[in-house]
Amino acid sequence: MAVIIHTEEHVNLKPPTSTTGIIGWVRANLCNTWYNSLFSLLIIYILWQVMAPFINWALINANWTSSGAECHQSGGACWSIIHANIRFILFGFYPPPEQWRPLTAMIILFSLLIASRNRNWWSKNLLYTWLAGLIIMGLLMKGGLFGLTSIESDQWGGLPLTLMLSVFGLAAAYPLGVALALGRQSRLPVIKSLTVIYIEMIRGVPLISLLFMSAIIFPLFLPEGITINKILRAQVAIIMFTAAYVAEVVRGGLQAMPKGQYEAADSLGLNYFQTMRLIILPQALKIVIPPTVSVLISAFKDTSLVVIIALYDVLKTTQSTLSNPQWMGFSTEAYLFVGMIYFVCCYFMSTWSRRLEIELHTGR
Amino acid sequence: MNESPKIEDIEAKPDNAIIKIIDLHKWFGDFHVLKDINLEVKPQERIVVCGPSGSGKSTMIRCINRLEEHQRGQIIVDGVELSNNLKNIEKIREEVGMVFQHFNLFPHLTILENLTLGPIWVKKVPRHEAEELAMYYLEKVQIAEQAKKFPGQLSGGQQQRVAIARSLCMKPKVMLFDEPTSALDPEMVKEVLDVMISLAHEGMTMIVVTHEMGFAKSVAHRVMFMDEGRIVETNTPDNFFDHPEHERTQLFLSQILH
Ligand SMILES: Nc1ncnc2c1ncn2[C@@H]1O[C@H](COP(=O)(O)OP(=O)(O)OP(=O)(O)O)[C@@H](O)[C@H]1O
Ligand SMILES: [Mg+2]
Repeated sequence: MAVIIHTEEHVNLKPPTSTTGIIGWVRANLCNTWYNSLFSLLIIYILWQVMAPFINWALINANWTSSGAECHQSGGACWSIIHANIRFILFGFYPPPEQWRPLTAMIILFSLLIASRNRNWWSKNLLYTWLAGLIIMGLLMKGGLFGLTSIESDQWGGLPLTLMLSVFGLAAAYPLGVALALGRQSRLPVIKSLTVIYIEMIRGVPLISLLFMSAIIFPLFLPEGITINKILRAQVAIIMFTAAYVAEVVRGGLQAMPKGQYEAADSLGLNYFQTMRLIILPQALKIVIPPTVSVLISAFKDTSLVVIIALYDVLKTTQSTLSNPQWMGFSTEAYLFVGMIYFVCCYFMSTWSRRLEIELHTGR
Repeated sequence: MNESPKIEDIEAKPDNAIIKIIDLHKWFGDFHVLKDINLEVKPQERIVVCGPSGSGKSTMIRCINRLEEHQRGQIIVDGVELSNNLKNIEKIREEVGMVFQHFNLFPHLTILENLTLGPIWVKKVPRHEAEELAMYYLEKVQIAEQAKKFPGQLSGGQQQRVAIARSLCMKPKVMLFDEPTSALDPEMVKEVLDVMISLAHEGMTMIVVTHEMGFAKSVAHRVMFMDEGRIVETNTPDNFFDHPEHERTQLFLSQILH
């Protein structure tokens, strides 16, 4: 006891100032050795060289409200290209008076996505909410009921199209990829070889060629009079493509599972599907969260390739505004803007996956 | 122990074997692992299997619940013959519990969930009943207070006791143990053996692969010695340790008993 009383006055001492605060941090992390200090200085110099002109251009000399003609006079960024064309960039050829409909649909989608971030909310009810949300979103986009004018899908474009292609693409590709991975591990030779052929064939061709096939070659095989919506065909191509990559990632996770897990499940009397669903997949999918998210993120960005079959996704609508003579030459601003949109979405995915990983960690 | 009336009771009843292995052969590719294995296990009988590494002990007991497939001979568990018939395999697995050297708990599930999984999904027991059952067995192996933890948070001895409880939750008629203590630190061996001994006293039919000779002496009705895929000798523990019949048994015993 006595010892504790004596040391008590030391307990609450503040650490020496030189090791805390900004100065302490800089000392510990930037200047702990002479070459580290040199590197820090060098990097600060380079940043200064690069960032200063950029900030000058993007913020200080920028034009926020002026017209295109005025922009051409000044040397700064011309952000007015964004808000002058925001409706076209976001919604493409969707008729302007009806653009509140895709906007509402996107708000619903974002609310659902944000609600789904929290794993404690995952329940049957959330699933039903998603189903209801999907139906409402479809109805809003398509119309034709409840006094909403019908808007054909070839007028859909912009951000809703990008989001639709990616959200449905990823949501469908993931389970399909898992199924393919299981098929590839199957002991039944027919299933195994079919999945191997599928995966290898899809991975052997670029997405662009799959999109071309879906747009041009596939319709040739359909009977007279039957057409399948172009967006749907692109959607299927994206799903098929992404699923093959997801499958290979998941296969890696399956192979990492120790044999003992299968044996323990077998000896309890669980059947194949129970073993996979309750024992193997929960662990295998958890191991491969980081590479899976990489696949999904790149699939998300790859949806922009639908431009080559003349679908107006958000990248294409942005690009189109640049062909307007008034706004010609402001491609940097326009592409920075779409870049931000893509970045926000990808960042959302990767932070969410990191959180999921932490939540699922069970101490081994 | 081996001359207690209990054993005579068991041996007195003819042909009530719960496990019958007849003329069993198994190959891994060209390698003949199990040769002409014959074994009958009566209800409540406890058999300890020992033998040098690679002699086929694990393979033999793994055949009994079809973790390995045999190529010749018959294995009959509680009147059901093991064949490629999935129904039979499922039936037998429900009645045969298995404890592994490396525990093989499911790391993504809590201890409680590890225990309730089998009853809920295989036996279709309602969840609350399965949880009561699980808690009963966890208390029995003395780790009820860990029910909400994950396997990775327990010591090896605790994990192995959980694994035993997990098997017991399926109310098996036979328990197979494959070197249940050989992956444990020495100070944890006893807590696992104690659980197994109390299980033995309750009349569980057990086949135990182990080199814990103390356990064999005090618990086994019969000790079996395997070498190169054959059962070389089966004997009562007293005879096995004091007057082994075969040279190879003697050699093996002299090696492990120093
Ligand atoms: N899946 C397998 N494929 C091929 N050979 C195998 C396989 N499993 C085991 N064997 C071989 O069969 C023989 C018997 O193995 P088993 O595991 O049954 O031995 P054991 O008596 O349990 O030995 P230990 O005391 O080391 O556990 C060994 O020679 C082993 O190499
Ligand atoms: Mg073994």
